[in-house]
Amino acid sequence: MDVIVQLQRQIVDFTASLYREGYVDDQFTQLQKLQDESSPDFVMEVASLFFVDCEKLVNNMARALELQAVDFKQVDSHVHQLKGSSSSVGAARIKNACIAFRTYCESQDREGCLRCLQLVNHEYAQLKIKLQTLFRLEQQIVAAGGTIPVLQ
Amino acid sequence: MHWRSEKIDGFDLSPPDDEQVHVLAVDDSLVDRKVIERLLKISCCKVTAVDSGIRALQFLGLDEEKSSSVGFDDLKVDLIITDYCMPGMTGYELLKKIKESSTFREIPVVIMSSENVMARIDRCLEEGAEDFIVKPVKLSDVKRLRDYMTAREFRVKNQQIGNNNNIKNNNKRRLRETCDLSSSPLSMLFSSSSPSPSLSPSSLSSPSSPSPCLSPLPSPPILSYSAPCSPTSLDSPTRRLKMSSSD
Repeated sequence: MDVIVQLQRQIVDFTASLYREGYVDDQFTQLQKLQDESSPDFVMEVASLFFVDCEKLVNNMARALELQAVDFKQVDSHVHQLKGSSSSVGAARIKNACIAFRTYCESQDREGCLRCLQLVNHEYAQLKIKLQTLFRLEQQIVAAGGTIPVLQ
Repeated sequence: MHWRSEKIDGFDLSPPDDEQVHVLAVDDSLVDRKVIERLLKISCCKVTAVDSGIRALQFLGLDEEKSSSVGFDDLKVDLIITDYCMPGMTGYELLKKIKESSTFREIPVVIMSSENVMARIDRCLEEGAEDFIVKPVKLSDVKRLRDYMTAREFRVKNQQIGNNNNIKNNNKRRLRETCDLSSSPLSMLFSSSSPSPSLSPSSLSSPSSPSPCLSPLPSPPILSYSAPCSPTSLDSPTRRLKMSSSD
């Protein structure tokens, strides 16, 4: 029983930090509202899809920026896509990095774009670790027979 | 005021809740498709999600090359919700194709977009879109649509009842007053909007124009149905755009 209470406290604190540090925003809360008994792993499923999508788009951006003659419209289109999906899942830091990225695409600044790509990649890696931690905590609670606290 | 449970003169005016609203969702992003599908399902809609405008037309049987093998009666799409920015056919182009079709033009089409651009919104509404939702799509957006669909079903059913009674010459004046939603207490909350059947483009493009959501609709506006259910959905698409933080 003590273990469950401890885990629940950990989750509450950890989730609060995710919001406080800007990793996730209100849209992430929306996703959590969509999770219930009929779809108990919804957030994790969406997050997984998002990370796969993110990795694919980051690779596309990297390849596009490697070319001698960079097609900035193409790069921008990838960034626009990533901005969209990160917005849909509430991945705030990635979304904000994409917004900045687009301005460099517009000004056709290759160095600026490469810096943004690095930032996006960094934020993606960070968020992946954070959410994996969150999901692991949730799984631990359920395994211990407890319920995941509803935060608001 | 609660429409669903109302009974007048022995008529059961509750909308058929055994028939789920069937929504065709169109979005090229897998992540967005998963989210919109869940948003709709949790709001008790049946969902068909496709990844392109072409596939949407194929599903409806509108595509010239390859038609859906499902008969029209089985499809019964009640609402189409589509992303604006898609490779190949945009949501706007899909909207046009649907409105050009005599079979499907009556189906309400809602556009979703991450870009908060008035010209784009105006263009879509002018082309006959029922509503425009700025992404990311939230539960309150879907609830607003759901309320609209319920009220729409209700209104259509009432008109049918009204027509039957006119033929029977029975209480027609009283029933018409009850069914005429433009004189209902709900729309009095929005006194600026007596539903105008015709659209004046100039009023839409002026910066100080009222919500474009209200004027183009020949039927009573979406807002008048969602207001009693949820105070937060009082905001029209355009007001929500102004309130939400844009890029």
